[in-house]
Amino acid sequence: MLENIRLSFQGIWSHKMRSFLTMLGIIIGIASIISIVSTIKGTNEQIKENLIGAGNNNVKIQLYQGEGTYWMDGGLPNGVYQLSDEQKQEILDLDTVENASFYQERTYADGIAYGSTNLEGGNVLGIDQNYLSTCGYQIYRGRSFIDSDFEEIRKVVLLDDTAAQAMFQEEDPLGKVIEMRNEPFTVVGIVKKSDSFQPVIQSMEDYNTYNQESYATVFLPNVCWPVIYQFDEPENAVVMAKTTEDMSSVGKNAAEIMNRSITNTTDSLSYKAEDLLEKAKSLQDLSQSTNSQLIWIASISLLVGGIGVMNIMLVSVTERTSEIGLKKAIGARKRRILAQFLTEAAVLTSIGGLIGVGAGIVMAQVISRMSKTPVAISVPSIILSVAFSMIIGIVFGLLPSVKAANLNPIDALRRE
Amino acid sequence: MILQMNGICKDYLQGKMTVPVLRDIDFSMEEGEYVAIMGPSGSGKTTLMNIVGCLDQATSGTFFLDGEDIGKCSDNRMSDIRLKKIGFVFQNFQLLPRQSALDNVALPLCYAGIAKKERHERAAEALERVGLGDRMDFKPNQLSGGQKQRVAIARAMVNHPKILLADEPTGALDSKSGEQVMELFESLHREGVSILMITHDAGIASFAERIVEIRDGRLKNREVETE
Ligand SMILES: Nc1ncnc2c1ncn2[C@@H]1O[C@H](COP(=O)(O)OP(=O)(O)O)[C@@H](O)[C@H]1O
Ligand SMILES: [Mg+2]
Repeated sequence: MLENIRLSFQGIWSHKMRSFLTMLGIIIGIASIISIVSTIKGTNEQIKENLIGAGNNNVKIQLYQGEGTYWMDGGLPNGVYQLSDEQKQEILDLDTVENASFYQERTYADGIAYGSTNLEGGNVLGIDQNYLSTCGYQIYRGRSFIDSDFEEIRKVVLLDDTAAQAMFQEEDPLGKVIEMRNEPFTVVGIVKKSDSFQPVIQSMEDYNTYNQESYATVFLPNVCWPVIYQFDEPENAVVMAKTTEDMSSVGKNAAEIMNRSITNTTDSLSYKAEDLLEKAKSLQDLSQSTNSQLIWIASISLLVGGIGVMNIMLVSVTERTSEIGLKKAIGARKRRILAQFLTEAAVLTSIGGLIGVGAGIVMAQVISRMSKTPVAISVPSIILSVAFSMIIGIVFGLLPSVKAANLNPIDALRRE
Repeated sequence: MILQMNGICKDYLQGKMTVPVLRDIDFSMEEGEYVAIMGPSGSGKTTLMNIVGCLDQATSGTFFLDGEDIGKCSDNRMSDIRLKKIGFVFQNFQLLPRQSALDNVALPLCYAGIAKKERHERAAEALERVGLGDRMDFKPNQLSGGQKQRVAIARAMVNHPKILLADEPTGALDSKSGEQVMELFESLHREGVSILMITHDAGIASFAERIVEIRDGRLKNREVETE
């Protein structure tokens, strides 16, 4: 085997020009795969950055205990004080902040029903007057909350379209009374996320990624919160940054301001902005599928390269007819001839693959310089490419190798 | 008896016609015998040699080589017989052009699964034997015709075959190189190697113990004994 590999290198080296031209197909194929994968990976990362900021550049700041978010049901923990209007104003006064809102939240809220229809697993938000505009909700039907709702502590709710659909189906929800933990609330409006952010949905996976936050949501004025829940629950904040680039710093600064109302130092309680990287990661997974599709497309160019290899190998077999005949005459079994030619094809395409990887990395860097997009070299795709080119050699070398192994030594020797 | 042929026929398909090349050949050789086959061009000498060399199967008839019925052998078995029991010498040498003399001679040892070190030792020994100890690293195109043929003989002998088959071994050589090859054959013969040699040169044939004539695919009834 080692002997075969050595001989293959010898053979390839003695036909430098031809071997290189043969490898060219593989080199180009692998190089384009590597550069496509790298630039796609890079561009995807940029798209993700855009996506995070898309819509409203919203940063959510929540109370954390250790690594997880604090469970609101527990009420305000010791040493954590209610956020004040001054703090909100301070956040609003930051240069990079467009809008900010404090709100209370229950996820998987129970006891919400219209007649006999329960709303399962919905969210309830107790919001201030900034919330809807900060998060990019628009009034779809009816009206929004007005000052007097807050002043008179009116028991009114807004539903998002998901919640409205879930509870009312065909019926008109406006003016209807729903029950929230046995308290009657009147539906005054229906809201919808504005359409500025419309992700392209190509697969079920995409759908889930983009819709993970669109649970059915019921909004009520924050002043009504104690009517159905309790006084003194911690609040979250959602802040709209002026630009996507500002989101991280806005999150940090807002959390800092909010953390002033925490004096408890023993229970590792703190306000933190949601981890944008975490969010990016889920989107990264999503881009994986698009990514692998493109690899398949690029692989077609390898197919062309493989056919080139087969062609040259067939020529090589014809050229070396007398060598093959001689080897068989002095006692080489078929299998040995087969192995020799298969090794040669595999070595040839593997070298092509390696050169292709190098060229691909260079190409990716050049593209990156020119289009100012980041590239990310992916190691698995490099390993895969080289392995794949070796397999191409074996697959496309098979026909010529079988032809060589089956050569009749008499005919082969008869030729001069 | 190193080889024994009875009623060997060989037909070739020429388009739709079958052309008989060998007709009803009875031929045998004792172990250690040195035989020359003579005949005009196209008489079937090489065809006969291919059958004896297990490169080809006869159309009909029986052929035993070293006691083994070759007609019943598989392709792999024929390869192994060629490797272990037969040494070939061709008119046009058939050396691998890119390999050194040593590597050319070592090639059959490689197929026999012999380790690299021993391979080199034995190949070197075989080259010494044919008087080319000082040319081991030469490529074929750096050697003269006579030297190339001696490398080919070293390669044929390196696996210690039972029988040496030579198809016009001096056909491409000048008379002096031809004589050197004949001397080598003589000494191999003295060591007990069976030799079957094809030639159409009566002078070369006279080195053999026995001359057989072939004409139109038939061996001449009377085998001409020399001395
Ligand atoms: N593969 C083949 N197909 C058809 N005819 C062949 C083939 N090989 C040899 N022959 C014919 O067989 C005859 C004998 O050939 P060969 O044994 O090479 O003769 P020699 O070696 O005595 O010159 C020739 O007429 C040749 O044309
Ligand atoms: Mg001939």
